[in-house]
Amino acid sequence: MRVTQGCFSFLPDLTDEQITRQVQYCLANGWAVNIEFTDDPHPRNNFWEMWGLPMFDLRDAAGVLMELTECRKVYGDRYIRLSAFDSSHGWESVRLSFIVNRPKVEPGFRLERHEVAGRNIRYTTKSYAVDLPEGQRYGGS
Amino acid sequence: MSALAEADSAPPEQIDLRREFNEVGIGEVLEGLDRELIGLKPVKTRIREIASLLLIERIRKRMNLTSEVPTLHMSFTGNPGTGKTTVALRIASILHRLGFVRRGQVVSVTRDELVGQYIGHTAPKTKEILKKAMGGVLFIDEAYYLHRPDNERDYGQEAIEILLQVMESQREDLVVILAGYGDRMDKFFASNPGFRSRIAHHIDFPDYSDDELFAIADRMLHEMNYRFTPQSREAFVRYIALRKTQPLFSNARSIRNALDRIRLRQANRLVADLDRVLTSDDIMSIEPSDVLASRVFGVVQNRQA
Repeated sequence: MRVTQGCFSFLPDLTDEQITRQVQYCLANGWAVNIEFTDDPHPRNNFWEMWGLPMFDLRDAAGVLMELTECRKVYGDRYIRLSAFDSSHGWESVRLSFIVNRPKVEPGFRLERHEVAGRNIRYTTKSYAVDLPEGQRYGGS
Repeated sequence: MSALAEADSAPPEQIDLRREFNEVGIGEVLEGLDRELIGLKPVKTRIREIASLLLIERIRKRMNLTSEVPTLHMSFTGNPGTGKTTVALRIASILHRLGFVRRGQVVSVTRDELVGQYIGHTAPKTKEILKKAMGGVLFIDEAYYLHRPDNERDYGQEAIEILLQVMESQREDLVVILAGYGDRMDKFFASNPGFRSRIAHHIDFPDYSDDELFAIADRMLHEMNYRFTPQSREAFVRYIALRKTQPLFSNARSIRNALDRIRLRQANRLVADLDRVLTSDDIMSIEPSDVLASRVFGVVQNRQA
């Protein structure tokens, strides 16, 4: 199952050229671009790890793409996303975020049903990938 | 539709050189260079040559005669205060107008900003700077400090390797300009042959003559809305001749510092007499006494005594 989240989630995966254009748009707005990665695809997972520091004071997208290439070399089998942080007063939050890399095979999610008091049912979604320990999911070593 | 698209993308057979030249507007930058920078004849000639080369290169690209990105990394050698940084800014603007760098910003750094203090500190630091300079010009002042031949475990070597790699693989993203004093840069290049071969343009900045230094001083004062009186003019010409013979003379920078001190003394002189009415002429003019109070003249008198 193809996991989608953030901006452009209805579009096919962006090419590097399209990523460059998007990053350039972020930089033109004065946002700091971050690279994050994870191998826990759950949509409620807030704890993506950062690749390096947020990139402040960049003028050109080539710098971000350089880091992204590095990150793909190391974590090419995981999800990688870019997020753009707006530090201006009143915003101070992420303005744009999109996935730029995904594992080759995405096993998807199963639905777990919990029968609780009164035969009520509680639902949990769980990724098949997280059955394996961190770092070994998606065929990583 | 396809025929239209083809007509659009087909390389042009003829290009009007003058129109192209006017369109990119490097003429203004080159004229500005001639007008605003005093002296530096060989440097200006060299920059004109480079600009012409790049203009032709740009046309060749449009005619589909070349696809290679030319190597644009440069090295500026010359004594302190000969205008290396100023010229780097101009070069960035020329490259930007011709479309060889995308943004045209200049990031000026020295060893401190590239080299870390402990193991593992250098690479992120250098990359940070490189990322900021992407799309523009990275100006490394006193580049020879990157290499410390007496310490083989110096982290400078790591920064050099990262720089070399990016200079080679991301030529279309970044132009690196190395600057420093002539003899030490020669030694630097001798011990890092990788740099010499990756740098296309070596430009040597000559020292200024006395007349040029005075012209620079005159212009600086004019910009600050001051002026020399005929006497102080004569005194300052003598000052330049004396200052040049002293150690640590750094061309235009020394002149700027001297002018700052002269302005200080002028202000002091004016404030010393609180009971007078000042005209704008008083405030603007530099008197000989402001110049002659300099330490430089004192040294000479001491020697004579």
